[in-house]
Amino acid sequence: MATDITDTGVQSPIGEINKYDFRTTSKGVFKAKKGLNAEVVNQISDIKEEPDWMRKFRLDSLEIFNSKPMPKWGGEINLDFQDIYYYLKPTEKQGKTWDDVPIEIKETFEKLGIPEAERQYLAGVKAQFESEVVYGSLQEDLAQKGVIFTDTDTALREHPQLLKEYFGTVIPPHDNKFAALNSAVWSGGSFIYVPPGVEIEFPLQTYFRINEESMGQFERTLIIVDEGAKIHYVEGCTAPMYSSESLHSAVVEVIAKKGSRCRYSTIQNWANNIYNLVTKRALAYADATMEWVDGNLGSHLTMKYPAVYLMEPGARGEILSIAFAGKHQHQDTGAKLVHCAPNTSGQIISKSISKDGGRGSYRGLVRVEEGAHNTKCSVVCDALILDPESQTDTYPYIEIMEPDVAIGHEASVSRIGEEQLFYLMSRGLTEAEASTMIVNGFIEPLVKELPMEYAVELNRLIELQMEGSVG
Amino acid sequence: MTDVLKIENLHVSVDEKPILNGVNLQLKRGETHALMGPNGSGKSTLGFAIMGHPKYEVTEGRILLNDVDVTEMEADERARLGLFMAFQRPIAIPGVRLADFLRHATTNVRNPERKEGEDLIPMREFRKEIKEKMSQLQMDTEFARRYVNDGFSGGEMKRAEILQLAMLQPKFAILDETDSGLDADAVRLASQSIAQIGGEEMGLLIITHHDKLLEHNPPSHAHVMLGGRIVESGGVELAHELHSNGYERIRKAYPDAAAMERAMQDEEQTV
Repeated sequence: MATDITDTGVQSPIGEINKYDFRTTSKGVFKAKKGLNAEVVNQISDIKEEPDWMRKFRLDSLEIFNSKPMPKWGGEINLDFQDIYYYLKPTEKQGKTWDDVPIEIKETFEKLGIPEAERQYLAGVKAQFESEVVYGSLQEDLAQKGVIFTDTDTALREHPQLLKEYFGTVIPPHDNKFAALNSAVWSGGSFIYVPPGVEIEFPLQTYFRINEESMGQFERTLIIVDEGAKIHYVEGCTAPMYSSESLHSAVVEVIAKKGSRCRYSTIQNWANNIYNLVTKRALAYADATMEWVDGNLGSHLTMKYPAVYLMEPGARGEILSIAFAGKHQHQDTGAKLVHCAPNTSGQIISKSISKDGGRGSYRGLVRVEEGAHNTKCSVVCDALILDPESQTDTYPYIEIMEPDVAIGHEASVSRIGEEQLFYLMSRGLTEAEASTMIVNGFIEPLVKELPMEYAVELNRLIELQMEGSVG
Repeated sequence: MTDVLKIENLHVSVDEKPILNGVNLQLKRGETHALMGPNGSGKSTLGFAIMGHPKYEVTEGRILLNDVDVTEMEADERARLGLFMAFQRPIAIPGVRLADFLRHATTNVRNPERKEGEDLIPMREFRKEIKEKMSQLQMDTEFARRYVNDGFSGGEMKRAEILQLAMLQPKFAILDETDSGLDADAVRLASQSIAQIGGEEMGLLIITHHDKLLEHNPPSHAHVMLGGRIVESGGVELAHELHSNGYERIRKAYPDAAAMERAMQDEEQTV
């Protein structure tokens, strides 16, 4: 939380804030009381002046959250849910100053060579007028094609029928404890609707509005790609993400309708004290292709397993996941592919790197439901360990209810090889350069899937993570 | 002053097992030396030790490059001082393009004082040069875009090693059985290329069982290794003799070294 906001309990929200217009400069800041209960949830709904169905959805979700045990699938979570603020009116940037930005994040900006003004913006400190212009013109072009691209709160006001139809249908609140939590207190996130047959060639990015929407603690993203449409969405950016809260728990729902194609790419670098517990799932219908490209750096514990449910024949799901676990970090990441229909196919490629005692785990599920015959799926997970203190585990779950399927699973673990290091060093590369090169080579399959600027930044981020790791 | 690589009384162990037992060798820039000897006599070990592989522990003796003691140096420091080794079985580095790797390597070797993070040699300059070298070696330029040794055939690996030799232009190069696993045409191409690249500029230490590689690179000196040391040195005629007659005369003439060779082989079999 920003340092200049004191916890004075519940303030009267209405009238204090500049209603709805999240983009204007509002002096008012509202912060809910610490802890989670119906009162807090009601307040959130009040402030957003939400329709009754959403209020009910939130309150029901709260009950589900309270009744659900902690998930058994994943890493170890030590969180006091009553010691967290669940809602801050997203004018928090007013309360943030450059001084509040953690030192290591500032250093990263500096090393990445990001200009001063952009640093402040990316850190969520600076208002975003310049970017608004870019974002605005982009919006106009998309709007002409009937594309909706906005934050989820705005979408709920402006496109209630779409929200009502799809919200919570891919990941219902009772899916898991953190999905229930997000459903109760969600705020922000992206909403995208692409009408039938519309193909957007350039990637849609939330880069331009990172401070408001993506910095949220419990953002909620919903993407609907209608029949035959095509989109590449890039969320966040490779710049470091930080939160003064200990918990980030987002929900991302994607619906890829018949014959559509959706790629969702994200690379996130969280502050090291964050529990990053995210549920991401897509439904892919007949002949649709859904691709997740998911990169995770930073955080204390990340649990993230992007999923594709292959709902109808011909659907395809591809998940490329990469994690870098450093000191005191556990990256529990992987993917899920659920074949619910015949003639569906999927591929999981998961890569983890661990160093300085970090722990990377692959946790993945491949399930072939009854009737989903003639399905094909391959899983490749590779782990690279940079030093003897670091650790890697693999937890592949495979559940198959049909006999005529083709499932492949390959796993490999390698230590950064003495022979590889020697080979590169014998050509004049320093040990640090050689290790970085080996690591960058290891993640190359992911990097080449990213838009250029992200690929470059990911490589630079990895280089930063590698700094001082050897010699 | 001519550059000199000097090996003095070198003893080397791998996993505490002695392999080299006092090797002496002096190599001047511009000279070509053939290093011959039966399998397991320690030829590759000498190469790895000179290049500074961490597994090869020097227990006695030293390696001098122009009177600078490099015995304790890391491999990259040696490379920047002008040492090079073409590997018999180079390792694959998936995801790393040969061109990217070579651009780093070339930069560091040409500018040994370069600090990390400083600029690499300009892309245009590098591209032009690597293109030239590849066309000399009759290599498709697409080859530079492939991942280092990943999925390379035996011949491709050897040519990639020679390409690196050509780009890095070391003072001294050790060629560890660069001819092995190649057909006659490939060996001819490889040996011609080496002659062309090396010329009178490099000191070459050619480790080989055969003399095919030596046809285009006639050695000024030849050495026979047995039981972890060099037992006999001579001129090109020694290389031809060994190629025609094998190592029986050597084993008889140096019973101590032959006994050591047998002991090392026996130990290998019990491991």
